Amino acid sequence: MEFSQGLISAAYILAALLFIFSLSGLSKQQTAETGNWYGIVGMSIALIATIADPRVDNVWIILVTMLIGAAIGLKLAKKVEMTQMPELVAILHSFVGLAAVLVGFNSYFEMDHSAMANITITASQQMATNIHLVEVFLGVFIGAVTFTGSIVAFAKLRGIINSAALMLPHRHKLNLAAGVISFILMVLFVQQGGGDNLLYLMALIAFVFGWHLVASIGGADMPVVVSMLNSYSGWAAAAAGFMLNNDLLIVTGALVGSSGAILSYIMCKAMNRSFISVIAGGFGTDVVIDTDTDYGDHVEINAEAVADMLNGAKSVIITPGYGMAVAQAQYPVYEMTQALKAKGIDVRFAIHPVAGRLPGHMNVLLAEAKVPYDIVLGMEEINEDFAETDVVLVIGANDTVNPAAAEDPTSPIAGMPVLEVWHAKNVVVFKRSMAAGYAGVQNPLFFKDNTQMLFGDAKDSVEEIFKAL
Amino acid sequence: MIIGIPKETLLGENRVASAPTAVADLLKLGFEVQVQKGCGTKASFTDQEFIEAGVSVVTKKNVWQSDIIFKVNPPSIDEVESMKDGAKLISFIAPAQNADILTALKDKSITTLAMEMVPRMTRSQSMDALSSMANIAGYRAVIEATHHFGRFLTGQITAAGKMPPAKVMIIGAGVAGLAAIGTASSLGAIVRAFDTRPEVKEQIESMGAEFLELDYEEPEDTGSGDGYAKEMSKAFIDAEMALFAEQAKDVDIIITTAMIPGKPAPKLITTAMVESMKTGSIVVDLAAAGGGNCELTQAGKVVNANGVKIIGYTDLVSRLPNQSSQLYANNLVSLAKLLCKEKNGLFNIDFDDVVIRNMTVVKDNEITFPPPPIQVSAAPAKAKADTKQAVEVKQEQPMSSGKKHAFMAAGALLFAWVASVAPADFLSHFTVFVLACVIGYNVVWNVSHSLHTPLMSVTNAISGIIVVGAILQVGNSNPLIQVLAGVAILIATINIVGGFVVTKRMLKMFRK
Repeated sequence: MEFSQGLISAAYILAALLFIFSLSGLSKQQTAETGNWYGIVGMSIALIATIADPRVDNVWIILVTMLIGAAIGLKLAKKVEMTQMPELVAILHSFVGLAAVLVGFNSYFEMDHSAMANITITASQQMATNIHLVEVFLGVFIGAVTFTGSIVAFAKLRGIINSAALMLPHRHKLNLAAGVISFILMVLFVQQGGGDNLLYLMALIAFVFGWHLVASIGGADMPVVVSMLNSYSGWAAAAAGFMLNNDLLIVTGALVGSSGAILSYIMCKAMNRSFISVIAGGFGTDVVIDTDTDYGDHVEINAEAVADMLNGAKSVIITPGYGMAVAQAQYPVYEMTQALKAKGIDVRFAIHPVAGRLPGHMNVLLAEAKVPYDIVLGMEEINEDFAETDVVLVIGANDTVNPAAAEDPTSPIAGMPVLEVWHAKNVVVFKRSMAAGYAGVQNPLFFKDNTQMLFGDAKDSVEEIFKAL
Repeated sequence: MIIGIPKETLLGENRVASAPTAVADLLKLGFEVQVQKGCGTKASFTDQEFIEAGVSVVTKKNVWQSDIIFKVNPPSIDEVESMKDGAKLISFIAPAQNADILTALKDKSITTLAMEMVPRMTRSQSMDALSSMANIAGYRAVIEATHHFGRFLTGQITAAGKMPPAKVMIIGAGVAGLAAIGTASSLGAIVRAFDTRPEVKEQIESMGAEFLELDYEEPEDTGSGDGYAKEMSKAFIDAEMALFAEQAKDVDIIITTAMIPGKPAPKLITTAMVESMKTGSIVVDLAAAGGGNCELTQAGKVVNANGVKIIGYTDLVSRLPNQSSQLYANNLVSLAKLLCKEKNGLFNIDFDDVVIRNMTVVKDNEITFPPPPIQVSAAPAKAKADTKQAVEVKQEQPMSSGKKHAFMAAGALLFAWVASVAPADFLSHFTVFVLACVIGYNVVWNVSHSLHTPLMSVTNAISGIIVVGAILQVGNSNPLIQVLAGVAILIATINIVGGFVVTKRMLKMFRK
């Protein structure tokens, strides 16, 4: 079955509309599932229309390849633990990046055999060729950066490589140099009307650049990085659309690119970081680890005492962080929540916008444990309620509840909005040790008079409290 | 510098200003410590324990020659005379009542910090000896009352008959009052408590007592801003006295803790009220040292008024000498840490620190008491935070709109340039691109926070649309292009399917 060009265009427009509906659907809880379906339907329409394009040959090879790919994708998505979600998303981004690189190369090779063979070209054709070359160059560049950047992000999240920020000397100059050299190569590439070696060299530089860009960002900032890479993968797709004169790719790529950028921007605002410095990479690295200040003594508590404290409380707020994800404590946390609610105690969850390693990471984990989402509140919604709260349980969160951000103007995280848990009557911090958080900053919260520390694995601790309730 | 711990000389005082565990902390700060022989005997600390902690045991004469003296009670004039010129002293001083001692200290240039002058701030809680001592006094008040009370506190139903629980009224819910509430209710008594500050109702209830409400509203805030209660108006006091008179007929034990700093204790329990109490009832007056809350109280004695015993002990804290010494010693260690941040064994009397400023009553040869007033209550600080927030919000608005305009202008210029040089075909693509960017921007802007991850994963799936490009290329005759396009199709499909399925899985988990 082959579609006419008009029908294909119509299908593409429909697909693009469905993608827009999909994104807008995903911005509200009630419409989110419908949104996902819009996306699936849109993608199906686009794929069917493309395969039915008369210009496409080898349909069977395409279908078989896609079936294999679908099977792998399905398996990955089915077996992934919710705590590993960030890693999965990161590695999927790298696929888009690599695909963009490959499509870019292909587009260049195709051109080599058609347009470049033509000796007599008019000025307008020359212009079109130049633009095409720029598109190829940019597409490969963005794709390559996305590819290696995502792989590094994946490895950092997985713990394969050290998640601390890589601090090469002159790292900003290195980034700048990579950018400048790539730009010069692009000018040369266009002037010479192509050039395999220039393209390869640039791809190599872009690979290294992408690797370095993410390697020099600390693990705590990974939510922003993942979202930023998401945006990059969109731009890569848009660049591919320009090369291939395909409006669907352009529209979709631009949608993904701009929405990813906005998402990163929202997150940066929540962390009080400059958006520009995130895109430029290596942000949040000028952290001075301050261990000299004497903050006083911390007070330890045991699980039974926490249970007693909870029994005597009227309102409880649970503030989860990455530590809860690591310990897989979301199920026992919800069991405990249910037990407390059965006693008539008001239990709510407070989520910092950058808690975890992925935007909304905590929400996903709590949702996995079947915590109803109307007791899970964002920072702005709940920050004023801490003062009237009897007990706050800080489970594996550190920098997001650090009073230094609000109180100490010299702190590296100064000005970052944080959950003001210290206003509550009692704060219990679940933690494995007194080590500093991802930002490498000591947390004065642990030394406050209303704070008690419960050391140990978060899951074990919560289970013990649940038993003692 | 050498810290000396002399033996307390006040009659009936069993405490000592340090403990073997606490001196170890002082040594860590770089001080040398010497204690007077037998100083801890009454508090069950032996000299041997002090020696094992690494300090020397010396004679009375020598200990008073130390550079720094830690003490519990105010020194006598003679003791001040036996100190070195220019030494330092940390102790309870009662500076308002003991002007002569302040003068004596000033004459010898002895810098003095008064432990009752610790401001009630969060930061200084660990030094607040009044609170740590009040806690002990509150506990001991109930124990003394129980001792003199000829009955159980708890109610019991036994084979031999039924015994009702005792009823206890506690006046003043400061640290001592709250400790008394906790002790009495854990012994099984029915506890009622009253305080002029309505905001402590919750604390009273949290300790297991009933809060006695008054049918009278004081027009103004009853906290004085320094964490203590203040004097009340005449009308309020009348309403309060009526409440007490009514309660006195009913309860078995009354524990009063009402004190106003620097003033004689208010008389709350009149002779008539005592007379109306049941025979065998008990009044414990924790304010006995300041004149007493009960008209019949005699400081340091138990008075029997027609079968009602009024306990006026002023040494309740000293009756738990071991732990009260321990806690007081810890308060002093916390203070020493504040004074000696460098851990070099030297005190730095830093008047910029409000805690230190407030506590210092004599500095060198100058009396610095009373200190300038400080406000430690939480209310003003909160208001300040609010204004700060409001200011921040104001600042944000113009900045972001300014940025927006700048971006718009830059975008327009860029577009004009591209339009002037590029062919029409490219321009139409570019238009599509720009419009799609705007749509993406607006669509995502209001995303609810909990959906960030699903949104990202769905956009990730959608960006797999790059597969379209690869599909269009796979038909090329060049085998290299075919292979590369095939790989691109494979991985892009993984991305598409994986992204959508994961999103679906995540969304399924969100439920109401």
